[in-house]
Amino acid sequence: MNKIKCECGHVNPEGTVLCEACGKPIEGNQHIDGNDKKMLLNMRYEGTARRSQTYRKSFIDKVWSFFSSVKVGVWLIVVALVASMIGTLFPQSQFIPANATSRDPAIYYEDQFGLIGKIYYQLGFHEMYDSWWYLVLLGLIGVSLVICSLDRFIPLYKALRIQKPKRHETFLNRQRFYSETEKVSQEEIEQVKAKLKKQRYKITEENGHILAEKGRFSRWGPYVNHIGLIIILLAAILRTTPIMFTDEYVWVREGETIVIPGTKGEYYIENEQFLLEMHDPDDDRFRDAIASGGMVASNYQTDVVIYKAKQDIPGAEPELEPILDDSIQMNKPAKFDGYTLYQSGYQQNEFRSMTFKIHETNDEEATAIDSFTIDLFNPESEYILDSGFRVVLDQYYPDYYLTDEGVPASETNYPRNPAFVVVVYPPDASEPEVSFLGIGRNIDATGENDYKVAIQDFDTHYVSGLTLRVDRTLIFFGIGAAIFMIGVIQGMYWQHRRVWIHPKADGVLLAGHTNKNWFGLSKDIEKAIEQTNIKMVEDRQELDK
Amino acid sequence: MDLVSLSGNLLYAAFILYLIATLFFGATIRQKDSKVKKKGISGNIAITITILGFLSHFGYFITRWMSSGHAPLGNMFEFVTFLGMAMILAFIIIYFMYRLSFLGLFALPIAMLIIAYASMFPSEVAPLVPSLNSHWLYIHVSTVAIGQGILFISFVAGLMYLIKEIDQSKRTSKNTWLEVILYTAFLFIGFIVITTVFNIMGYKATFEYQEGTQMVTTEYHLPAIAAPNNGVLITEEVMEPWFEAPTWMQGADAGRKFNTVIWSVFSGTIIYLLTVLILRKRVGAALQPLLRNVKADLLDEIMYRAVAIGFPIFTLGGLIFAAIWAQIAWGRFWGWDPKEVWALITWFFYAAFLHLRLSRGWHGEKSGWLAVVGFGIIMFNLIVVNLVLAGLHSYA
Repeated sequence: MNKIKCECGHVNPEGTVLCEACGKPIEGNQHIDGNDKKMLLNMRYEGTARRSQTYRKSFIDKVWSFFSSVKVGVWLIVVALVASMIGTLFPQSQFIPANATSRDPAIYYEDQFGLIGKIYYQLGFHEMYDSWWYLVLLGLIGVSLVICSLDRFIPLYKALRIQKPKRHETFLNRQRFYSETEKVSQEEIEQVKAKLKKQRYKITEENGHILAEKGRFSRWGPYVNHIGLIIILLAAILRTTPIMFTDEYVWVREGETIVIPGTKGEYYIENEQFLLEMHDPDDDRFRDAIASGGMVASNYQTDVVIYKAKQDIPGAEPELEPILDDSIQMNKPAKFDGYTLYQSGYQQNEFRSMTFKIHETNDEEATAIDSFTIDLFNPESEYILDSGFRVVLDQYYPDYYLTDEGVPASETNYPRNPAFVVVVYPPDASEPEVSFLGIGRNIDATGENDYKVAIQDFDTHYVSGLTLRVDRTLIFFGIGAAIFMIGVIQGMYWQHRRVWIHPKADGVLLAGHTNKNWFGLSKDIEKAIEQTNIKMVEDRQELDK
Repeated sequence: MDLVSLSGNLLYAAFILYLIATLFFGATIRQKDSKVKKKGISGNIAITITILGFLSHFGYFITRWMSSGHAPLGNMFEFVTFLGMAMILAFIIIYFMYRLSFLGLFALPIAMLIIAYASMFPSEVAPLVPSLNSHWLYIHVSTVAIGQGILFISFVAGLMYLIKEIDQSKRTSKNTWLEVILYTAFLFIGFIVITTVFNIMGYKATFEYQEGTQMVTTEYHLPAIAAPNNGVLITEEVMEPWFEAPTWMQGADAGRKFNTVIWSVFSGTIIYLLTVLILRKRVGAALQPLLRNVKADLLDEIMYRAVAIGFPIFTLGGLIFAAIWAQIAWGRFWGWDPKEVWALITWFFYAAFLHLRLSRGWHGEKSGWLAVVGFGIIMFNLIVVNLVLAGLHSYA
């Protein structure tokens, strides 16, 4: 290490641009901050020795100085920004609309957007925000945050602690705010000091040299907010682990009690009822809007009971103990033992049961001889009716469709489109008759049936879609966001303002510096030197064209 | 008078007051002395009228809230009107920090343009859908709007800087780009004028078309130049469409929106060309002399300061509050919905802006361009993302 001793006596580390104590530009290092080409000094990091600017030989040095560059950081941000934009050009795969001709990404993008869509899909842009390189990009921004902050914070902290009220003349006359006054009395200086104090400046003095300073803590704002961002990035990594984050979706029918997936069989949910409420179209307030835009839902709600399963003997039916009775609504999730349940969707008009009547085929009036009800979730194999009829349920297709080969089948196990093959045994013990029943279908296989079976009534219920989440990382995101906000407010809403008064012969040199809000600093100085001979500082900003 | 019409009248009054205030701000140009303390009477009158306008605007907001029972932030009309109010508030705050009257001459007309734009959307008091029914609606939306309003001031100062500093003596790529930015304002004017004209005429044409697996109808209020893709005109005795919107245009009513864009470009361009014809020079060149007395470095300072103040508020409202609400409503605080992504893009952009300000060479003119682009991103998120890129936020 080649320490540099300044003429003021302070020993600076290698690579220092402006003496930490008196601010005198150190010869030979001025190119580092570009001071050699300008009249004004670059005050950004107080001209301290930064590792990235000093050591550039080894591989580690090179990596360090690469990531410590704000320029590199800005480029990373710009690349992430452009990538994010591209990701919104077409819908991401999870947002492919439900009514699209095909929801298969391999088909959807080309079908919908042509060649560009195909390329978009093949480049993987349809899952942009999960792609490895997008995550790497965010990771690199994180690395840049850490290195940038360390590279600057430590020397800056040191320099601001060491700084002396007595500054070198060159330091002062190369500040943006500067003035020289030939003749100033001691009373005037005292008056300025008092006024600066009144404006809450902290005054330090050394042989008549005065430093007035306020808002130094705002200099730490950027480092604080970067810590917040790093916590957020770490939380995002944590969130990818199943211990910290669970995400399940469950459909529960009204009246049904089922185990909640993702809870290791420990919790059960009962859907007591689902409510879909609409805004009143006769409500004076909204009449016009509803008339022109159609009905608007006002509430989606599932009344649930959550049970905890007590299972003493493995394999035995668990004993359910109710632990929570709650109404889940949009914006009002239910919470129990670290789990949160959100109202996420519903299905309307799923069949619960169907009632059929039997009548004589040639009875025009179709008067019911008798009727029976099939519980679609728990159908019986045989229905014996009071009138002596016996109905055997031969086949049951809860979600009926005809396969390509023309064979009836069920698409799912849910009774969305139930169909049945029933065998009717009339009481007179004549030949049994076979009928095929479905919604809008009533097929008599032989065409010779004496009795016809027809849908008389049906019962529907709602199915409520609930999302179960466990997110133990939320607290970290919260802390990260709070620290970020503190840091960003600290750095943006306060400024580090300094005024130097440097006695010279009978007069003074006056200089000022702030990291932001020069307008505010100039008003402070104006107020401080009111009614004195001291000349107002001149703003010598070198605006870039 | 019932609350709803009172509310409408207050908004109307606010608009008129802003217009009058602009004229008074305009009168400050004549005063040669632009010293901070001797602003003269006209600047004081102007800011007083602006504040009255703001109070009236605020009255609109409160009365509408009272009449509907929820904060009027639920659809495009209500949000954009509120954004206009936030812009005026931001202007008032910055005005008292810097006392720069000229800022009003530019900020007020642009804010008025935003308010007029809002009134082109359906303005009936609509009921709230369950997903918006939360206190976070006002917390999130109003914070975002205030953040954006302050960033808007940075845009205004940046634009003024560019108008003032860019050489207009001969045609260059810089002053051409500046002209493009000003031309964009004319597109908004074009949209407002043409929509108003056909609204007064009560023009209607209905189309039927296939969307995914359903048949839907859409109602045009402007003569159809572009029909919906595979759309069939149902209304009789109206103009036949010239062509169909391309297939790749997504989302509800893509064809109608595309048609509106065509009309806006068409009428905006005519108004722009007429303006240039009357002025006999670029609009930028015509505005330049107005800014003769403003100090460029003060504009630079305001532009940066506004970002410094607006950025944390935007972050709080647009990302943090947004995430908290998303967590409560949907169980995920972040879902890469287009609106969320564009809020992140805005945040990235202003973060880059603030970092670039640390370097030499990025003050002044380059900053001015960045401030303009940043506001462009905000407007893109408001208009294109809401209306074109389908997502959870497309509530208009």
